[in-house]
Amino acid sequence: MKIKSTLENYVFVLPAVLIFAVFYIIPFIWVFQLGLYDWDGILPTKIFVGLDNFKEILFDKIWWQSMGNAGYITLIALTFQNALAFLLAWACDREIRGKNLYRVIFFIPPVLSEVVVGLVWQWILDGNYGLLNSWLAHLGLSHLARSWLSEPQTALTAVAIVHCWKGFGWGFLIFLAGLQTIPRELYEAARVDGANAWVSFRKITIPLMIPVAVLVAILTVLGTMQAFVLIIAMTGGGPAYHTQVPALRILASMRGSSRFGYACAQGISFGVILMAISFIQYRFSKKSRV
Amino acid sequence: MFKLRIAISTLLIGFALFAGCAPKQETGKQVITIWHWMTDREPAFQELAKRYEAKAGVKVNFELYAPSDAYSQKVRAAAQGENLPDIFGILGEKRDFASFIKAGHIFNLTPYMEANNAEWKSSFFGKALAVNEFNEGNSYGVKPGTYGAPIDIMTIQMLYNKNLFRQLGLNPRKPPVTFEELLDIGKKISAANRGGSASGGKQSGMQGLVSGWAEVWMIDCFANNYAFNIMGKDKVLATIKGEVPYTDTDWIKVLTFFKQMQESGVLANGVVTMINKTAEQLFANDKAVFAFNGSWCVNVYKGMNPKLDYGAMLPPAASEKFPMAIWGGAGSSFMVNERSKNKEEAVKFLQWLTGADQQAYLAQSTNNLPANKNATSKIPDILAQFADSMENATHPNVWGLSEFSVVIEAFDKGIQSIIIGEKTPEQVALEVQRIKERELAKKRLVR
Repeated sequence: MKIKSTLENYVFVLPAVLIFAVFYIIPFIWVFQLGLYDWDGILPTKIFVGLDNFKEILFDKIWWQSMGNAGYITLIALTFQNALAFLLAWACDREIRGKNLYRVIFFIPPVLSEVVVGLVWQWILDGNYGLLNSWLAHLGLSHLARSWLSEPQTALTAVAIVHCWKGFGWGFLIFLAGLQTIPRELYEAARVDGANAWVSFRKITIPLMIPVAVLVAILTVLGTMQAFVLIIAMTGGGPAYHTQVPALRILASMRGSSRFGYACAQGISFGVILMAISFIQYRFSKKSRV
Repeated sequence: MFKLRIAISTLLIGFALFAGCAPKQETGKQVITIWHWMTDREPAFQELAKRYEAKAGVKVNFELYAPSDAYSQKVRAAAQGENLPDIFGILGEKRDFASFIKAGHIFNLTPYMEANNAEWKSSFFGKALAVNEFNEGNSYGVKPGTYGAPIDIMTIQMLYNKNLFRQLGLNPRKPPVTFEELLDIGKKISAANRGGSASGGKQSGMQGLVSGWAEVWMIDCFANNYAFNIMGKDKVLATIKGEVPYTDTDWIKVLTFFKQMQESGVLANGVVTMINKTAEQLFANDKAVFAFNGSWCVNVYKGMNPKLDYGAMLPPAASEKFPMAIWGGAGSSFMVNERSKNKEEAVKFLQWLTGADQQAYLAQSTNNLPANKNATSKIPDILAQFADSMENATHPNVWGLSEFSVVIEAFDKGIQSIIIGEKTPEQVALEVQRIKERELAKKRLVR
């Protein structure tokens, strides 16, 4: 009877396992297998090179520079973007006029096409005819005008800020949902006990929002490290390698250099790094819950 | 009665379902499928397909997949699955073309080209066909022959805006011929932007040279023009073979040109992250003095600003030792799928498509240069200027050997670094040479 029940359980799980295997596990294994070959993606013959592609990644300076760039964008997203998302969610959670309108407005950037957003911001930040430089000139700050996307000092930060603008809506939505789950009685009880708004925020809101913040942080890291469309639309990875990110490097290996094997090895390595980051954050989240 | 209704309804639903699953082609009519990426030529292709169907009774389906990046990926994926259409084009380097042939995806057109005293072959410009040819002893290991039919030709060169030339006090009939003259114009543009006499004391806001240098291959093309001009073809090819290092003084001279152009003000602000569409908009709207673009731009500029007054010119020469070379040859080519059941019909269609009448129609309706040399009599003046430079044309796809992609990337990105003032020409040359040596060592190891 017990065996039958166990089998039944497995049968129920089987479709999900099959789908997961077909669309995730098997492709992952294939991509890893391709990473062991020198292959141009067209010829039927592949040269087995063992772990050479993976070893080459270790010494690929441009690859690690692209990882650093993605890390920088992620850092700005984790701090600036998420802080903004949290503050706006906190403001909208309070009894303010027109809060439903704000919720809609804040969620507009994430639903826009990344290519469109990239091209519009490219136009705003254009060094010759861009809106930003034009506004700076009107404000008498023309000495600050520059080619925001073409100068190495500003290109990556400009891309990171646009990425934050495009992405903060997701964090806003999750933070808002989290804030709405906090029982209002807790705030009322605190007020009766003499706590002011700041103390309530520090002693009630922040501790209860930590699991939500960890979830938002995990999603931010995974989303930002894989940023691609926005960057290709705004700078194409330039000037030189200043806005290159791992996804662009994988594309460059695959399409630019016709090195499919190396691109697959880059993809696997990048996936493993992201999994490791997610795992660390998950452990951190578990600890914070305890 | 009720049962009868049920039976009839079931039959009708069944018919409808089967009809939905049936192939699109009309009974008894042969169908040729062609994949392409040329958005601007789609209406002309559809018109030609209609004409061919009326003439030969063969239906031709032109299927457009744009943009070109997406098309390129689609063709590679279809090649892996052996699902390529009867006719298709390849975007990429010669080595990719060779891989497609070696993988058995491309039909050898040599017997058809050579038939009837090479009637088909001789209708093309030699340089247009060269891109699709593999000669005896080629470095790719491909059986010698012709594997594609060019449908148009192109050259990539410089363009100058005659209105802005007048504003700068320059003669619009005399574009710069030497590199020094180009640098002098750069100084004039800078002065005009500072509010100098050329602009009547007002800041002009005009840009110098615009081009899609964010898409690094266009930088490569420009640099190669000067490499050919300074050191000649043999030395460029010797560099690719690994016999001459990139640290050679001639290569450093080529890299230094970009520094000089940047310093003189010839280059537009932000050219390193400029995509070609932006460059075309700037030039078409009288905002840039020079552009570096392919002959396809004639159609683009016509669409953006029909009144644009401009001329085509060779990049101003930096040396008299060797002639200036520009990239040119076949613009787009079509290949026949080796595994297609309609190979013969596909070849017949290509022969018709590249005939003088069809080529003239394509040239007139899309402003592209025809590949058929008998169809050049009715082309606009500006296109004729591009065609005149065909004798200066060369292309990496006809050199018989290819540089490592990673070396090309390091070279082009290095030029971007020079333009933004991050690296010196010597530093870039050294970095490129290191990558070249690493790749050569890897190649020796594989052998």
